[in-house]
Amino acid sequence: MRRITIGESTFSCQPDETVLETLLRENVKVPNGCRQGLCQACLMRSLDNSPPVSAQNGLKDTLQAQKYFLSCICRPEQDMTVALPNQQGASIEASVIDKQQLTPDIIRLILAYKTPFNFFAGQFVNLKRPDGLTRSYSIANIPHHENILEFHIRRLPNGQFSSWVHDELELGAQLTLSEAQGSCHYLPGRAEQPLILIGTGSGLAPLYGIIADALAQEHSGPIHLFHGSRDLNGLYFVDEMRELADKFDNFHYTSCLSGDSAESDHVRGRAHDIALSSIESLNGWRVFLCGHPEMVSQSKKMAFMKGASMSDIYVDAFHVIQENK
Amino acid sequence: MSDSQEATPNPTLYEQLGGEAAVNAAVDIFYRKVLADHRINRFFDNSDMEKQAAKQKAFLTMAFGGPNNYNGQDMRNAHARLVKMGLNASHFDAVMEHLGATLAELNVPQELIAQAAAIAESTRNDVLGK
Repeated sequence: MRRITIGESTFSCQPDETVLETLLRENVKVPNGCRQGLCQACLMRSLDNSPPVSAQNGLKDTLQAQKYFLSCICRPEQDMTVALPNQQGASIEASVIDKQQLTPDIIRLILAYKTPFNFFAGQFVNLKRPDGLTRSYSIANIPHHENILEFHIRRLPNGQFSSWVHDELELGAQLTLSEAQGSCHYLPGRAEQPLILIGTGSGLAPLYGIIADALAQEHSGPIHLFHGSRDLNGLYFVDEMRELADKFDNFHYTSCLSGDSAESDHVRGRAHDIALSSIESLNGWRVFLCGHPEMVSQSKKMAFMKGASMSDIYVDAFHVIQENK
Repeated sequence: MSDSQEATPNPTLYEQLGGEAAVNAAVDIFYRKVLADHRINRFFDNSDMEKQAAKQKAFLTMAFGGPNNYNGQDMRNAHARLVKMGLNASHFDAVMEHLGATLAELNVPQELIAQAAAIAESTRNDVLGK
């Protein structure tokens, strides 16, 4: 008999029982729907042993790599420690080792962490300051032997957390991080597949990490990055991206400005309009979309209609938390 | 594939269509047709395209004669909101049209398309709340 551990409790999974059936029988609340592995309402994650492959059917490959599974069709082959998708795991202490102003609006924040932790570039973590205020930010770097994390933090109007990072956060200060979350990241395999990445503002952060990851893993297919903003305050790393394009033949970079400006150095228009009109068909492409929620949802639909498979579209919409103070 | 099919004396429709791999191949094509159709896309306009695609997959699995737990009451409950929005027989017909066109695009033989269409057709009254 397999043992299922969730939080502080451990239950026995009866022969022929699924993980969902065991947990419901023990009165653990797990959202569920179709109970046939289709609706994905009962998504859970294994924190130790890999779930049976059959219980990951239909899940995004990035979620499979993170040991997510559908509890309604999971007949465990070994003992498992499981969690619901939003259940917080361990928290990680980190300290500020660098702060660099990239534009008047965007700061590059480098944190060093002590306890080892696994992440993919492009995932996000919740950053918590000492008084408890917490916000999600995307990781802009690939795992590194120096145990550092890079974030690009845009100052939002009345943004409590972002203003604090910009104006008050000092070198050496301590922050608490959640585990890395999210399914918008690169996975090796299919190295010849063309990639298109579209980001607005600090949506470049996850894309920057994803590109570094793809190049480090010798992705051989073309990689097209379109980065846009209304004005120059949201456009950064232009020189770095141009240098990268000089260095790697398969990397192509287009910077876009959608507002009124006399800048001739960048393409005029919205990044996703320019990106999606530049490519006839996205059949067979892998698509990454990060930044403004409306841009992300519009582009997702457009990319799908242009032939990208739903399973090949990875998104991270930057929802802004409404702040009243 | 043909060997294993011969080993089974009476392959089910789901097996003949190619099982889950066929559903996976069909779901993007089908969903794209539905979203592009101005007669019906407002019923499928959901900010969460992944969830919507999962529902399309469940529908196709059922139409393909695959494993499913859906019953008439589920169908009614799931579509009640859409019936309030004006879902009627013409919209159901449009979906049937896309189901047939999707299977034709995947080179499914006509007689199997007819069988899948008959299964989907059998849900008409439940879907429309009749």
